[in-house]
Amino acid sequence: MNGPQDLGGRHGFGPVVPEAETTRFHADWEKRVLGVTLACGALGHWNIDSSRHARESLPPAIYYNASYYEIWLRALSDLLERAGEIGADELAAGHAMRPGLRSDRRLAPADVAGVLARGGPADRPGPAPAFAVGDRVRTRNHQPAGHTRLPGYARGHVGRITAMHGAHIFPDRHAHAPDEDPKPLYTVQFDAAELYGAGADPTLTVSIEAWEPYLEHADA
Amino acid sequence: MHDHPHDHGHDHDNEMDEMTARARALETILVEKGLVDPAAVDAIIETYEHQVGPRNGAAVVARAWTDPDFADWLRRDATAAISSMGFVGRQGEHMIAVFNTPEQHNMIVCTLCSCYPWPVLGLPPTWYKAPAYRSRAVREPRAVLAEFGVTLPQDRKIHVWDSTAEVRYLVIPERPAGTEGMDAEALAALVTRDSMIGCGQPSRPEGGAA
Repeated sequence: MNGPQDLGGRHGFGPVVPEAETTRFHADWEKRVLGVTLACGALGHWNIDSSRHARESLPPAIYYNASYYEIWLRALSDLLERAGEIGADELAAGHAMRPGLRSDRRLAPADVAGVLARGGPADRPGPAPAFAVGDRVRTRNHQPAGHTRLPGYARGHVGRITAMHGAHIFPDRHAHAPDEDPKPLYTVQFDAAELYGAGADPTLTVSIEAWEPYLEHADA
Repeated sequence: MHDHPHDHGHDHDNEMDEMTARARALETILVEKGLVDPAAVDAIIETYEHQVGPRNGAAVVARAWTDPDFADWLRRDATAAISSMGFVGRQGEHMIAVFNTPEQHNMIVCTLCSCYPWPVLGLPPTWYKAPAYRSRAVREPRAVLAEFGVTLPQDRKIHVWDSTAEVRYLVIPERPAGTEGMDAEALAALVTRDSMIGCGQPSRPEGGAA
């Protein structure tokens, strides 16, 4: 979606503010939001793609005014409401009024280390790739209203495939359906002038990961 | 949950700031519903506050500097090479190591959200998740680097890797001059988090030329 998350190449967001390596959190609530968000993943109501989509679906004015942990908290609340696990009445009251639907799947403290260590690999058996390393490809003018991982700055541009990663879960589909729909995944490299025109840094190369449906042969 | 005499609704808890109140209200509801065990939340926080952080990545970099076979393995299959050191799991399932050279500098970004290699670098710093870095890293990396106090030669190529899928990148910075006699442990102490994102350089050895 052409939402507030799609930031690459945009102007006007000001300077970067470096931060000490020893700073992990800025307040206790950030820690709780991190932990509660990851713990709720165990309930199985959503996947990483649908949770990203919940964050980017926040209204732009809210998204740009929120810290990242606030974005997480708002999206978590939305995901839980959509799953039927919490209601607006409970959020207003600050207390539960009904039992949870999937309390049988609650993450146990003893399982935390295993869950974090296992992670969620995204590679899957899938279709054979249509492109090869070295191919010139053009990214499609792909602008779905739903979730996508093709950033706006890299749409409709010619690049070169520099790596292949096998087939990975296709987020455009997986964010909206349980279907993983694996597609070949590539690294595509662009010259900055191709992306930004005259005046682009001549020493700059940018690469993205792109699923096959984002790409066509450059000569097509 | 009613162990607090005036705990009669988060919007009356006026000694709490708004975000604390909202986070606490949501956790309270989830705990009361049996959906979240606060001890599991504590264990997750403990993991990322005290166990998983950029010292993991620094150990990977220092080993790459001192062990050519390991460096080759990192180039060929970073996921396997890194997992052999015990750094595995969430947000590090598919790893690629990119090596800085005298010809090319590498920088990592996620323009669309906050994708970051957690097992080797821990949680991302605030700036990595903020619009300024995400918008500018792919377009004017030299200006961004200047804000970190880093100046590269004008002819140095820069490759910015936008993490748009589940592939995660680790920058292997160049080994600083004057470190020839140092072992991996001493070298790891020179490797900064920002240098493994491509927004800094390793520290100089003590007593070395600046």
